[in-house]
Formats: sequence, C-alpha cells, structure tokens
Amino acid sequence: MKASTYAPDVARIESAAQIAPREKLFTIEFPKGRSLGHGPGQFVMLSVLGVGEAPISVSSSPSRSNGSFELCVRRVGDVTNALHELGPGDTVGIRGPFGRGFPLEKMRGKDLLFAPGGLGLAPLRSLINEVLDERDAFGRVIILCGAKRPDELLFRDEMDEWVARDDVECRITVDRGDETWDGHVGVITTLFADVALNPRNTVAVTVGPPIMYRFVLMEILGKGIAENNIYLSLERRMKCGVGKCGHCQINDLYCCQQGPVFSYAEIKNVPEAL
Amino acid sequence: MSLMILQKDALVPWVEALLAEQRVVGPQAKGPKYVFGPLARADRLRLDYDTTILPPKVALQPPEERLAKYGLSAKPGVESIIEAEQTVLFGVHTCDLHAIRLLDAALGADPPDAHYLERRGQTTIVSLECLQPCDENSFCKDMGTLSADEGYDVHLTDVGEAYAASAATDRGRALLEKCAGAREATDQDVRQLNETLGAKWPRFQRRLLFDSAELPALLATAHDHPLWEELGRRCFACGSCTNVCPTCYCFNVTDEVDMLQAEGVRKRRWDSCQLDEFARVAGGENFREARSSRQRHRFMRKGKYLYEKYGELGCVGCGRCIRTCLVHINIVDGFNRLYSTCTGGGGE
Repeated sequence: MKASTYAPDVARIESAAQIAPREKLFTIEFPKGRSLGHGPGQFVMLSVLGVGEAPISVSSSPSRSNGSFELCVRRVGDVTNALHELGPGDTVGIRGPFGRGFPLEKMRGKDLLFAPGGLGLAPLRSLINEVLDERDAFGRVIILCGAKRPDELLFRDEMDEWVARDDVECRITVDRGDETWDGHVGVITTLFADVALNPRNTVAVTVGPPIMYRFVLMEILGKGIAENNIYLSLERRMKCGVGKCGHCQINDLYCCQQGPVFSYAEIKNVPEAL
Repeated sequence: MSLMILQKDALVPWVEALLAEQRVVGPQAKGPKYVFGPLARADRLRLDYDTTILPPKVALQPPEERLAKYGLSAKPGVESIIEAEQTVLFGVHTCDLHAIRLLDAALGADPPDAHYLERRGQTTIVSLECLQPCDENSFCKDMGTLSADEGYDVHLTDVGEAYAASAATDRGRALLEKCAGAREATDQDVRQLNETLGAKWPRFQRRLLFDSAELPALLATAHDHPLWEELGRRCFACGSCTNVCPTCYCFNVTDEVDMLQAEGVRKRRWDSCQLDEFARVAGGENFREARSSRQRHRFMRKGKYLYEKYGELGCVGCGRCIRTCLVHINIVDGFNRLYSTCTGGGGE
C-alpha cells in the first residue's frame, strides 16, 4: 500500500506549558528521536486525531531542536481547543515541515530588525533564537516586541534575556498596561521612533496580525529599508500544505508553498496579501 | 498508430468484455440528463450524450474519499488508505480530456497527490470526438478543446455505422484487442473519417470576442473591474459552478470518528472557493469575504492563475458552470465584458 500524501506521522507530546492566557507551548517528539528538520519560519500540519488538522508555525529554532520541537498554539479553533486538552504522553499527528521559511543565508552579516506582534512571536522566535545561537554571524540585532496586554506577552523569560544582553537591542511595549506593568505603553509602531539604523545594511522581519502589518510596514519603509529586505509571514487557512487544496491561495500565490514567508517586494502588488 | 474500425453493434459486447474485468465509468442517462458513473450494464453506456452534470473528474478525484484511518486507543497508528481500482473511463469528450491534462499537471506533481496519482495510473481513457455542439452554452472551439491529439488511450469518432478508433498507448491497443470484430481501417475508412472531422468544424460557433490566448493578459488588467461587484451581488455563493467544473479540484479535509470512538477516518471532499468559509481562519479573519472577490478568484483561476502555473488554461469551454448557475452568471459573457471594456472597446 502506498502512503497517503495526507496521512500524518504519529508524534508524542513531551510537555505542555500554559505561557499566556490563550497560549500553550507544546514540546513534541517523533519516535526514535527523529528530527523534524525544519528551517526557521516553516510550519507543520498538526493533527489532533479524531478532530482535525491545522497549520502551526514551528516556534523552536533548529539550533535548539534536541530531538524535539516546540509549537506555541493559541486556543482559537476546533483543533487548537482540542490540543489544549492534551498533555504529556498524548499523541498528535504531524506532517511537514512545509513552506518557505526566513532567508537566513541572506541575513548573514546584516543588521537585523525583528518586529513581532502578539502571537507573531511564535514563528519569529524560531528565527531569533537561531540568530542568537550564531550571534557572530550577524550585525546588530534589534527586537521590537508588542502585545495587547502584559499577560499576553509570550516567552517573557526569553524577552527578559534579550533585554539584558549587551549584544541585543530589545524593547517591549503593550497596547494597554496594568498594575504589573511599568514598561513602555503604546502600539508597536511607537517603538520605531527611537531606533536609528543603517537601512542599506538591514533586513527587517515582522510577524503579526494583518492589521499590524499595514502600520509596521509604514514604519519599516520609513526607515529606508528596501522592499526586498523586508519579510513577513502570512497566515491563511490550509488543508493540505502541499499546494493542492486551494484554501491558502493569495491571488496566484500558494501561501503553503511559496510562503508563508514573503518579502514585501513579492507581495506589495498582490492585492489579496495584506 | 493504426486506425481500427468497429461496427456500432460491436460496442456493447466490447464494453461487456471490459466490464467482466474491471470497472467501467461512462456517461449514462439520469432523468433527462446524463452523468458519469460506474456502469452496471454495458447497454447503459450512452455515447450519444450531450454533456454531463458532473464532469469525468468524479472518477479521478471523487466527491468524497478516505485518506487515512487511525485508532483512538492508547497506541494509535495512522494507516494510509488509497482508494483506487482498475477503471476504464469511457466516452470522455475532448473538452474534458483537456481538463484531465490540467488535473494531471496540478495533482500529479510538485509533490504528487498519491491518491490522484494511483487512481490516474489505474485509469484507461476512451475519449469521444464531438461532432455537434452539446448546446448553446459550450465554447470549446474558443478554448481550443474541440479536438485533442493526446491525453487518451483510445479515441473514438462516430463515422455513421461504425466508430473509427485510434489507440495512442499500449494500454489502449490492449483495450481494442478485446473488441471482437474490430478491423483495420481501409483507405476508404480514413477518407470517411477525414470528411467527418472536416464537416464538424463549421457546426461549432465562436462565442469569445477574442483569442483565448489573450485571457491571462486580459485578466491581469481586470483586478479592479466593476464586473466583480456586479457578479458578487447576484451570486448565491452556492458553489455549484466549481462542483461542475472539470478543472476545479480544491478540497476540504475532515476527521470523522465512529460511534464507539475507537477509530477515526480522515476524509476529503470537494470544496469551493465560492463558499463563505473557504478562506476563513480560526481566528475569524476571512481573506476572501466578499462574494465579488470570490467570483473574481474563480475567473482568475480559470483564465490566469492555473495557466501561469501549469501552462494550461483552467477553462476548457464545457459550459457546465453556465448551465448550472441559478442566477445565470455566464463566464463567456464575463470574459467578453472584460475584453470590451478593458481593451478600449467600451465605456467603463
């Protein structure tokens, strides 16, 4: 019997940690320690058997895989709600990795500007940690993180490390503060004013909700960074991951194969992209 | 390639011989219309059909199929299911033959869809030359699908009392060998075939105002055309146009669990970019919310996107979407409207 293109491989949840009100971080491993073999920015099709399948970005960097990988998942639909009920030892299905990730090779030697908003940090964390684990290969690393509320900031401990490091310029903001928050308050675009950078030597990467892209892109373009040095990751409905089912099409682009990471130059004239 | 002649009264015994060995899917009557389906008996085959409600893709990518099954007990394993069997797909008109070539390109590579590929590999196609337009809605002549020189194993042409049959593959030749009474064509037969083919051409009307090769370039200028809003206001978003389209292959994937919650099955079903939820993600964002944008997407896929990806237009001119649309959205009228307004011929 030939193998189905759509039958997932069985994998095991090693750990599940609630890291924000709606997000859990799942560590997942294949039998016999098989590596996922992903690049930063790629995604998997995750199955909760009996419920369904959904595309989820890989949140861990290849440099820290150790025979497992991490998925940061918001509880928002049928599959992710069911996933949140699972814990260590439970089984999930995995297909992938799929898609085109971030252009790591192109980033070497360059200054990097990362702008994750909300859950956008989930895929971008994969790239940030990959970069930090090979820190000498890159120029400046500037990280501008935003979230709606303080408790929605993901990976707070890692953010604190980035803030503490001398070789990372990390700033964090929330749209609305609370009694626990004594940091910057304002939408993510308010962090850009204080950033001085060399636009000709900078690659910018932003990942967040569609509404954020419009405003963050204006800030990045306003810094003079070239359109083909600006990257984003787009979210779309996906049912196959291999360019067949049609759901992820953005005009003529298949988000699952040609994306999910696109340069701004590639999509600025694609009307359905942003 | 040798041409064979088989008398019409040899057809049913031939199909009977094929049916004894494998599944035969062909056009048969359903009420006043025709459908492609597995033949229960050889004499149900209706090669005099005009068109079918659903295209022959039903035999290559069925409306619903199982992809995999799995246990839901402590140690679940996932088992692939490839539903395929030896099949003769009989009586395919040349428009649909062109559509199957596009399906082959889209589902057969980059990466191949294992289910389609296996079914396609087990399918032998017997195609049929159209000598009359099926009705006023078809526009195969415009789309260059009124004939086909590849994509079939055996091609039949009605030459009066007999069919002229040409085999293009070993599999087709083997199929013809099972036809008792088939004989080699004579020079007279070849002359008659050529006369038949020559006589059919003027019977088909052109309906596009322009060469279909211009479609991709035309659509590239039409993203903001007012046509989409007009179609969007009329469209019921029922998805019938994509269901009946011979080149539409988009699908949804769902999991189903048995009553005892012991075993689950992963299935896929045809889906439609015209349905509201097609591009909606779990967080609520719908990336093609307006019906106008969905109609535009359909036109763009048929006339531009698929061509750019696979080198074949996504519309073969079969006319099925026109016949089935409840509000009379007509893709030919749409293309013509774009042509007359985007190329300086109109006033928009």
